[in-house]
Amino acid sequence: MTDQIPVTMTVNGKQVRRFVDPRLLLIHFLREDLSLTGAHIGCETSHCGACTVDLDGMSVKSCTMFAAQADGAAITTIEGMANADGTLSVLQESFRQMHGLQCGYCTPGMIMRASVLLRENPDPSDDEVRAGISGNLCRCTGYQNIVKAVRHAAATINGRPHQEAAE
Amino acid sequence: MMQCSIRSAESRISRRMRQQYCRSSCRNPPIRAISGRPVQAALIVRRTDFHPRFPKAAVTRSGGKREEEAPLIPGSFVYHRPGTVQEAVALLADHGDDARPLAGGHSLIPLMKLRMAAPEHLVDLRGIGALKTIAEDGDSIVIGAGVTQAQAIASDLLARRLPIIRATSLLIADPQIRYLGTLGGNVANGDPGNDMPAVMQCLGASYVLQGADGTREIAAADFYHGPYDTGLETGELLTAIRIPAPPAGHGWAYEKLKRKVGDYATAAAAVILTMAGGKVATCAIALTNLAPTPLLAADAAALVVGTTLDPATVKAAADAAKAITDPAGDGRGPPAYRREMAGVMVARALARAADRASKGA
Repeated sequence: MTDQIPVTMTVNGKQVRRFVDPRLLLIHFLREDLSLTGAHIGCETSHCGACTVDLDGMSVKSCTMFAAQADGAAITTIEGMANADGTLSVLQESFRQMHGLQCGYCTPGMIMRASVLLRENPDPSDDEVRAGISGNLCRCTGYQNIVKAVRHAAATINGRPHQEAAE
Repeated sequence: MMQCSIRSAESRISRRMRQQYCRSSCRNPPIRAISGRPVQAALIVRRTDFHPRFPKAAVTRSGGKREEEAPLIPGSFVYHRPGTVQEAVALLADHGDDARPLAGGHSLIPLMKLRMAAPEHLVDLRGIGALKTIAEDGDSIVIGAGVTQAQAIASDLLARRLPIIRATSLLIADPQIRYLGTLGGNVANGDPGNDMPAVMQCLGASYVLQGADGTREIAAADFYHGPYDTGLETGELLTAIRIPAPPAGHGWAYEKLKRKVGDYATAAAAVILTMAGGKVATCAIALTNLAPTPLLAADAAALVVGTTLDPATVKAAADAAKAITDPAGDGRGPPAYRREMAGVMVARALARAADRASKGA
């Protein structure tokens, strides 16, 4: 075995310090060391995006990154997405309104990815949303309502009514 | 008989589970799990899908069925995070073949999970700011090895001087991976499926390699020997890519046929050309994932120089490019199909590059 190394990061606004095995993957660190089980383990091969978290403003697949690489980073997981008073954030509420999920497995990754997408492109077209979430797989929805949910959130943020209904 | 009773048990289970849906597995695996029938082909990762040219020995099979699944947890290693290129190179020199540099990690970490790579030392390059710059140096553009695909996509300098790089970066993997994956990693690891190597060959780029004894440059055209076999010596680090900037008004294209977002190319072709008086003045063509290495299609490029890219010339160039390919047969199709697609990609890339070029006087 190799020596454990210290890591410090800010996760959902709180500073955490731990000793980790260098080979510990970020997703396992979040789920097992910090008990943040919102980010899911899907394919483990960086295809499905269920493990997506926000790392310093980038959406990354936490199954394909060592916790050691995130030393010093600010991380947001789905647990950190709700408003301070516990109500759903605009994006979360939009997924609910537009039925942007069925089984919910991909949802934490979808929402974490969509939040960065909307920060970079506050009013994306359908095609831009599709390209933006192309690293996230959903088996249930056929993506229609996920795309609508992201655009619903964009419309809400931009103070516009969203006309389209969920399918 | 045994088989029969399992089947009838399973049809009973199936009836009882009518109200349960599974969108991912279809219902057979859960039903089999309940009935206790051994799962015959539990495929978490199809290792052979990873790359067709990995050694067959890595695939554990028994009578066509998987015996064990990949562990998906990397082996142990010592983690280093140097702050300078000199420190990184010293670490790589000290540990030799036991050490690997870690950039974005999206090629190496999956390989480590599958235990196809088990380096004892990982040298994380993330803390080295000097590797993350994109700069003009005379007539060249120098891209640090640690520049991510996302950085390349966002770079105004690259958009202006080397638009083919931005366009190619956008065809690599998916947004999450592009935040971490680097240009240096893409060109250095020698995977024939990677897209940047052919683009770099097409641009006449060279790679800056730094070792304990100093720095040398090697042309991208001379760098690739075979899958994962490159001109990088043990202890050397690829620190930058130096690209002679093509003239303003040049035409460019990277045409990539792929099955889905994030896939390697079934066939892809890069073209850089200049036009003068309606005719091709200069041209370079290179190919991705059509042989154990990227291919510079020099004969094909020579055929189009001095022409107006009339259909007969384009066909001759596509045929010349196809002639040097040696594609593997894999999930992307048999070799004959991929070779044919190489010709199609070359023809499309020539047309698109000519369209983008300013035609000159």
